[in-house]
Amino acid sequence: MANTEVSFVRTETLPPMAPPIGEQGIVKWLRENLFATPANGALTLVALYVIYVILSGSMPWIFNGVWNTSSLTECREVLDGTRGACFSVLTERWHQLIYGFKYPPDAYWRPNLTFVLMLVAIAPVLFFDLPRKMLIFTAIFPFLAYWLIWGGTIMTPIIALLGVVAGGFVYTRFVASNFAIGFFGAILAALVVWIIGGFMTPDTANENAMLQAVPSRDMGGYMLNLMLGVVCVSLSIPLGIALALGRQSDMPLIKWICVVFIEFVRGVPLITLLFVASVMLAYMFPPGTTTDLFLRVVIMITMFSAAYIAEVIRGGLAALPKGQYEAADSLGLDYPQAMRLIILPQALKISIPGIVNVAVGLFKDTTLVSVISMFDILGMIRGPILGGAAEWNGVYWELFLFACIIFFVVCYGISQYSQWLERRLATDHR
Amino acid sequence: MAEAATMQVSDEVAVTINNMNKWYGSFHVLRDINLTVNRGERIVICGPSGSGKSTLIRCINALEEHQKGSIEVDGTLLSSDLKNIDKIRSEVGMCFQHFNLFPHLTILENCTLAPIWVRKTPKKEAEEIAMHFLEKVKIPDQANKYPGQLSGGQQQRVAIARSLCMKPRIMLFDEPTSALDPEMIKEVLDTMIELAEEGMTMLCVTHEMGFARQVANRVIFMDEGQIVEQNEPEAFFNNPQSPRTQLFLSQILGH
Amino acid sequence: MAILSDPPEGPFRLSMLLSDTRYRSLTLQAITALVLALCLAYLYRNISTNLQAQGLSLGFSFLQDPSGYDINQRLVEYTSQSTHARAALVGILNTLLVAVLACITATIFGVIAGVLRLSNNWLVSKLMAFYVEIFRNIPVLIWIIIIFTIMTNVMPTPRAFRGDAATSSMLFDLFAFTNRGVYIPGPGFSNPFFASVGMNWLLVIAVLVGSFFGARAIGTWATKIQEATGDRPTTWYMILGVWLLPVAILLTVMGLTWDIPALKGFNFTGGIKIGGPLIALWFALSIYTGAFIAENVRAGIQAVSKGQTEAAGALGLRPGRIMNLVVLPQALRVIIPPLISQYLNITKNSSLAIAVGYADITATLGGITLNQTGRAIECVLLLMLFYLTASLLISAFMNVYNASIKLKER
Repeated sequence: MANTEVSFVRTETLPPMAPPIGEQGIVKWLRENLFATPANGALTLVALYVIYVILSGSMPWIFNGVWNTSSLTECREVLDGTRGACFSVLTERWHQLIYGFKYPPDAYWRPNLTFVLMLVAIAPVLFFDLPRKMLIFTAIFPFLAYWLIWGGTIMTPIIALLGVVAGGFVYTRFVASNFAIGFFGAILAALVVWIIGGFMTPDTANENAMLQAVPSRDMGGYMLNLMLGVVCVSLSIPLGIALALGRQSDMPLIKWICVVFIEFVRGVPLITLLFVASVMLAYMFPPGTTTDLFLRVVIMITMFSAAYIAEVIRGGLAALPKGQYEAADSLGLDYPQAMRLIILPQALKISIPGIVNVAVGLFKDTTLVSVISMFDILGMIRGPILGGAAEWNGVYWELFLFACIIFFVVCYGISQYSQWLERRLATDHR
Repeated sequence: MAEAATMQVSDEVAVTINNMNKWYGSFHVLRDINLTVNRGERIVICGPSGSGKSTLIRCINALEEHQKGSIEVDGTLLSSDLKNIDKIRSEVGMCFQHFNLFPHLTILENCTLAPIWVRKTPKKEAEEIAMHFLEKVKIPDQANKYPGQLSGGQQQRVAIARSLCMKPRIMLFDEPTSALDPEMIKEVLDTMIELAEEGMTMLCVTHEMGFARQVANRVIFMDEGQIVEQNEPEAFFNNPQSPRTQLFLSQILGH
Repeated sequence: MAILSDPPEGPFRLSMLLSDTRYRSLTLQAITALVLALCLAYLYRNISTNLQAQGLSLGFSFLQDPSGYDINQRLVEYTSQSTHARAALVGILNTLLVAVLACITATIFGVIAGVLRLSNNWLVSKLMAFYVEIFRNIPVLIWIIIIFTIMTNVMPTPRAFRGDAATSSMLFDLFAFTNRGVYIPGPGFSNPFFASVGMNWLLVIAVLVGSFFGARAIGTWATKIQEATGDRPTTWYMILGVWLLPVAILLTVMGLTWDIPALKGFNFTGGIKIGGPLIALWFALSIYTGAFIAENVRAGIQAVSKGQTEAAGALGLRPGRIMNLVVLPQALRVIIPPLISQYLNITKNSSLAIAVGYADITATLGGITLNQTGRAIECVLLLMLFYLTASLLISAFMNVYNASIKLKER
């Protein structure tokens, strides 16, 4: 009956069987992942050798490290000819590395507190699931942070905050009827409050203030890097949005102003812009005024990152289907409404990973200020610590390793966040 | 058809298009279009792709500009005055082939957005209106979902509800069913039929000939940017005059 | 948007400036132009008042004054008697030198790391991921300074090479790594065609360019044969010959000699000296940018979907051909645009030379010349002009390339 029968019905299910040995467990993994071919095996051996060289060179040095001496000579004595790191430079100069060498020591708690508060303030921006009410704190944070870090009279940040609140009030009041009235009215209201507030604050307010005033030239170390990074990125996002919208405009003049600005800034290295800040910008301010270097550097770095962010947002705008613009038009929304309610919320969301990448790049670039003699962490290492007194002259690797780690942790963390966000946005139905 | 006859067409004019011409660069997309739509009329526009039918209805609410001739909607001349454009856009609702719902807003927010910002309706009232129309398109229970969580047919019905929330006097449909799976086409068409029965002035670009027979009181055939033939549906389908119309109908009905 | 229903009759009203699409955009632009002009005038006034207060005036005549400083690393004749303009030229050439060198090595590092990161060897791909993440996430300035520190503090002094008890020795007796720089053998001609050294090298380059076209011609010829007969002739040995033979003959005729560095007194003489700053900058830019390029390469190869390889395989193409004919042409479209913008970044980042004292344009024009003459505005403007020109040239090239490879799509 066998050969002529074409119909077949299986009556019992075959039980699953284990794969042949060599196709399972660690042997399979090793064979597939490390020794698939002879060339691959050789590559594995080379890689193992490289890892061995790196580890055997660095591990004894790190684990034999000395953490509590007060100078290089003392450290060498402790090591007594053996190989080991003098990490005591980090413990001994810790405050200089983090805060610079002029920040008043009894005020170190202020930047520390600001840093913790910053994490709280930034959390609702980075993670959409957190309660939206936290954004209120985010809005207050800049004023609080300014007061904590620079100290001086509390009047300054309060008046600044009042101005912003007044502006915000005017904006929400009038924006429904006309965007232009709301926008410019808000600016006007804020200015009025600031000017009145400026007259009301006594000149001597700084002297008997609750927090000792610290001039920005006294700030340095890693704190300076973080401050520059955070301030400039936050300021450059609104500017970047404006530039991106301007570049999309169908008004040739506005479009060309934005194109020229963006392409110019992207075409020159940051260091030339820092030169502008350090030697050229002073000529552009009104005669007789002096602005401190920190502010000038913030202006230039903000312009720099705004140009890059504008390009990222332009990409986000371009990624939106044309139908979104048309739907907004067909419902009768005007340009500011369509942008504010429909286009930007979507475009910005797409752009966040790109913006985060720009932020990481910018944060790394804040080390460039050491070239124009600001004492950020790199400036501190190359200047006062290595080049200054003789105690630590020659302790390169410990300091550089520290700088590397402290940047790596932040930058790697942020870029992991951006990748997580990208994956999330890709699956997000919203 | 019996149903079409029961729907009233008034003598009041809703849209007048006079000698309208449009070019893309040097390409003449719309040639000398003359069309008068009375209030309550339901017009179906059909024609091969590239014939300018979408462009025509997009000109009516100024999504596209025209270069010559005039368009008058509800007594308002579509001119270069922004106020007129805004007025016309808030009077004319539009549904797109790809729905164009705002993906970052919930269904309810999609529907209340324009009433709140354009009509300055209080939020609560706008939400009541929105729920009313969502019930009408039979998806009130989805109000708090996001567009991406809905099926295509549901999305298109939301898009219709979104337009209706502005209480438009004229509705434009730009191939509302072409991006839908067959089983979803019916639910959208049913919604449109219901709308027609209530006396809405409608201009539909569509290839749903069943819909045209059942609802339309005029069918317009366009080719190469011109209106080639227009007639009542019965006469249009059974006795087309122009050879181009005959060819087109034989192609789309032939299989 | 200019909607033109035959223009409405009626007189012109002032409100139409904002409410009429025909005038609105002009009005807004006029306001913008006015504000811009006011800002520029304000800046101009501030600058001129400030300059006057310091008794300065703008002008570029200082470029013709003797510079009065020395530059160690230079590609053209230069002494401290030369002008500031000449110093700037030395700087420009040095910038280009380090940029070109770093672009080449960064590409090599990047391609190797990017390909190895996709390797199915777990260890190697993890190692490459480690390399990429470490170098991408630490500022390039730190890398430059670290390598510079290695060059100046870890490398032996020339003295260490001296005597019988030398603690260091030359690599293959050809290369010397010292804390003053790296010495490598320098080529020379015993029987040159031209008196000027540069001309001889130009001749060599011309021959190489000729070889390039020769090799291309062989490729075209082979394709023609293939199209006519279906068989592709083996060409690799011909191409090798076209590349190697002419240049070998030329070099032999001119009498190529190698000037090998040797220890004379306390220092090495002879050969070519590559200064520590150049090496630090070159190497740091290469590994840093290499990490970024590796990511581009990886993304480019991954962008070609697996279906393409499978489809090509199903047509019966061999793996090598699949790579050459299907995968690479598609991957390169994705890789090359970001690669060019990485080259742009290298050029811009080479300005960090100033941190290690390499005499590029930023260090000469923007550093010493600026400080000596006090001509801040002029120097910074010229500096920006140079980088802007370089950037625009590179992006113009990129645009042309992008336009040429754009996939034909509906």
